[in-house]
Amino acid sequence: MKEKIRIASGQGFWGDLPSAPIDQVKLASKQSPIDYMMMDYLAEVTMSIMQKQKLRDPKAGYAKDLVDVIDAILPDIVEKNIKVITNGGGVNPEACRDAIFAVAKKRGIPIRVGVVLGDNILDDIDPIIKAGHPLKNMENGEALTNVRSRVLSANVYFGAMPIVEALRQGAQIVITGRTTDTGLTLAPMIYEFGWDEHDWDKLASGTVAGHILECGAQSSGGNFSADWKSIKDFANIGFPIAEAYPNGEFIITKHPKTGGRVSRQTVAEQLLYEIGDPKEYITPDCVADFTSIHLEDLGKDRVKVFGIKGKPATDFYKVSMSYNDGYSAQGNLTYTWPDAMEKAMVADKILRARLKKSGCTFEEMRTEFLGVNSCHGPLTPVRLDEVQEVVVKFAVRGQDKNSIVEFGKNIAPLILTGPPSVTGFAGGRPKPSDVVAYWPALLRKTAVTPKVIVEETK
Amino acid sequence: MKVQLLEICHARSGDKGDAANVGLIAREEKFYPLIRSTVTASAVKKHFKGICNGKVERFELPNLWALNFLLHNTLGGGGTVSLKQDAQGKTIAAALLRMEIDVPSALTRKSSKKQTTMKSVIKKK
Repeated sequence: MKEKIRIASGQGFWGDLPSAPIDQVKLASKQSPIDYMMMDYLAEVTMSIMQKQKLRDPKAGYAKDLVDVIDAILPDIVEKNIKVITNGGGVNPEACRDAIFAVAKKRGIPIRVGVVLGDNILDDIDPIIKAGHPLKNMENGEALTNVRSRVLSANVYFGAMPIVEALRQGAQIVITGRTTDTGLTLAPMIYEFGWDEHDWDKLASGTVAGHILECGAQSSGGNFSADWKSIKDFANIGFPIAEAYPNGEFIITKHPKTGGRVSRQTVAEQLLYEIGDPKEYITPDCVADFTSIHLEDLGKDRVKVFGIKGKPATDFYKVSMSYNDGYSAQGNLTYTWPDAMEKAMVADKILRARLKKSGCTFEEMRTEFLGVNSCHGPLTPVRLDEVQEVVVKFAVRGQDKNSIVEFGKNIAPLILTGPPSVTGFAGGRPKPSDVVAYWPALLRKTAVTPKVIVEETK
Repeated sequence: MKVQLLEICHARSGDKGDAANVGLIAREEKFYPLIRSTVTASAVKKHFKGICNGKVERFELPNLWALNFLLHNTLGGGGTVSLKQDAQGKTIAAALLRMEIDVPSALTRKSSKKQTTMKSVIKKK
């Protein structure tokens, strides 16, 4: 067994800093080694986008950027023996693998790639419901029948174990669909340290490490709210690395001579990110207790994380579904001094009156004043008569597409038929776009089985 | 004296469906009991009047010197549906740091200059 492994974070979301995974691999050295790199590409809305792409092209439906990254790092990961684990396979991990094989062939580098399948249950929803799993909305208890015909994507969140299986079969790159972000980091720890799948404290430790790595530089100085001005060299920010030990303890750090910072504060902020009840951080692998986490700042961009407690995993997988829920559009105009704010407010009144006159119906129309109070609303201590310029953002949402189209036609006319000193309208009429809503549900683990396939380029 | 949370805390926020989560972390351990006793769920609900339209839940993480808040019914229907500029609640953390609480003067005197400067407080006085 290795005495420690180092897992690098290469990507925190689909569209994160493109150079990050390349730098993580390039900067790996004897002094700052990397054994694994995890890359998270999936957010809730991502799956529906990928599903749409796959409908248009059966070879699409995964994070195409991932293939470019693999192309760039392939010689290095083979030479340095770095394994890559990512959920960038989206709704089509096999097509993603084939694209990676094509890149490997082009470079003449043989590579063993594993895929995890079985999370995509879009075509199995009806049999699953028939088998006695209602897939009710876990937030409000609503029955799926209400939106069944509009479902765009449906994926089960798998945990670390299918990835562990792919690693056991010798995969150097593991491509999954909807695997939890934390499972990508936990899997290599289970594999390398031989952790039992019921050793809840250790599984919780690896899960916490995963939570710290899954948002990229958000734990190493990015989006850091305490003393952000003191963070050095944002331009070359180093993404985090977890140095994990067999007893479950780990150290968060980053490559030397990179920008950013790893401190008690930067790690603590990420630990609190998007959590609910901290005693009940539920994953398919375990339930982690975030109140048990201890942090010790060792200095020099090293923070020790230890003392983590876990509880048994539940009998359920979380299912993430998305469905069509009408249309939306938005348009902006910019008003300047004098009376900038007053003009924007009058423009809003005019627009609403005209849309009413046209018989438009919306579920919601929202007007916000960007640069003034769009984010903090009534908490913003601002004198409206002192506003020098303002971007007014009009947005509508509803089931009636014609109303949304009509809204789009009524933004530009405000320029010549309303208050003066107005600009900033470019890019044509706002067009209706599909509103994709989210449907979380629970499914008994016995209802689905992950499938792992590991193959080598020929 | 009145102190803005920005002086003694840092924070991060994000979305959990239509709820915003805000992690509020004391800059130093000694401030944790103070925020624990003053930044209650009801105080946060009152602070976010006009923004948070549901209940506020609070959880304690003493090891991290932190409190976690869930502000329900806050994001205009949640990430993919919301028309809000801040549909994911990313700036709600900064909005919480605007809150003012009473800080005993003994606590501010002992505060190490390097870690926590009370500049804005002193200026106000």
